[in-house]
Amino acid sequence: MSETAEVKVKEPLFSKKNKKLLTDPLNDDNPITIQVLGICSALAITVQVKQAFVMSVSVLAVMIFSNLIVSLMRNLIPSRVRIIVQLVIVAALVILVDQVLKAFVYDVSKQLSVFVGLIITNCIIMGRLEAFALANKPFPSILDAIGNAAGYGWILIVVAVFREFFGSGKLWGIQLIPQSFYEFGYFNNGLMILPPMALITVGIIIWVQRSRNTKLIESN
Amino acid sequence: MDYINIFVKSIFVENMIFAYFLGMCSYLAVSKTVKTGVGLGAAVIFVLGITVPINFLLENYVLKAGAMTWMGPEFADVDLSFLSFIMFIAVIASIVQMVEMIVEKFAPALYGALGIFLPLIAVNCSILGGSLFMQERQYSSLGEATVFGLGSGVGWFLAIVAIAAIREKIRYSNVPAPLRGLGITFIITGLMGIAFMSFMGIEL
Repeated sequence: MSETAEVKVKEPLFSKKNKKLLTDPLNDDNPITIQVLGICSALAITVQVKQAFVMSVSVLAVMIFSNLIVSLMRNLIPSRVRIIVQLVIVAALVILVDQVLKAFVYDVSKQLSVFVGLIITNCIIMGRLEAFALANKPFPSILDAIGNAAGYGWILIVVAVFREFFGSGKLWGIQLIPQSFYEFGYFNNGLMILPPMALITVGIIIWVQRSRNTKLIESN
Repeated sequence: MDYINIFVKSIFVENMIFAYFLGMCSYLAVSKTVKTGVGLGAAVIFVLGITVPINFLLENYVLKAGAMTWMGPEFADVDLSFLSFIMFIAVIASIVQMVEMIVEKFAPALYGALGIFLPLIAVNCSILGGSLFMQERQYSSLGEATVFGLGSGVGWFLAIVAIAAIREKIRYSNVPAPLRGLGITFIITGLMGIAFMSFMGIEL
């Protein structure tokens, strides 16, 4: 990939290659279901759609800026200490995000508890820094960050929609299943709120995705 | 008694994998065979057992509001707790670097097998998660923090060895093609999580 950096051909802003960077992670190269990155936070904070949304936006912000900074510094970072350098950059950004969340959406930041801090070790961020930003120019790196964060975000929100709707009959905190249903004997599925169902929901998303796109099926 | 309680609780009730999903990335990636699973699990126990107490000292004598009073009364209202993320991750990254060098020197075979995943222990969420939980739950002594770190490590070890054993066997079963590999692993982990929920509420 480093050869492409040397070629001084003027690319159009949204060339085919750049568009691919943006759209690939949404489906065929999704960070969660294909690259297996960033699972930890994806599962733990999907009980409510609001939490999942705040988390996705935080990850998006951290990813864009960390990819940009690392990409700008890519020729200055000695490869032996690159992990520590990346961690420090990401940790500084996460501290910013954490302070912003505490200032503006305190209740959500309280519910997210340690998981905001864990954005630092979110494998998506480190994985994309290692795999992409260290070898590419700033602009493609930003696109890669947006694409991957969006791919991460939509899985998070889909899982959260299922879990909140079936688990507590609400979406974004608004009661959707009317009271009369409960009087007829409808019960919320309490299992959906518990952690294991997040795993099973993601498992089913993977199942659906791979049966639609048979190229992605693993061999063993 | 309290120590045993924290230990058992952090292994079974508040298991890093099944209750909080911490360290899932390496859990899914390295659990193809029991051997590598055991290696990574042992590394996690070791790193958690060292980093949680070190970060406990850091938290209580440097970072917390009023923690620096031991340096003199003029430091009493210094609150550095917003720096905790960056300090914790710095400690973790340097300890991991050390473990990597030790393993490379004394167990080259294991080093070859773990390959890329050893440096990635630094970004294993369970390690930083251990320190952050320690901070959030405010353990009262160094002993409690150490026991919590070791217990979480053992819980993680158990989880990865169990899933690796199941994955070795499942290769012989007829799983629907789109579920093979990642999908079925997710679902099995979910089922194991449901089983682990039966430990909920245990008090010793």
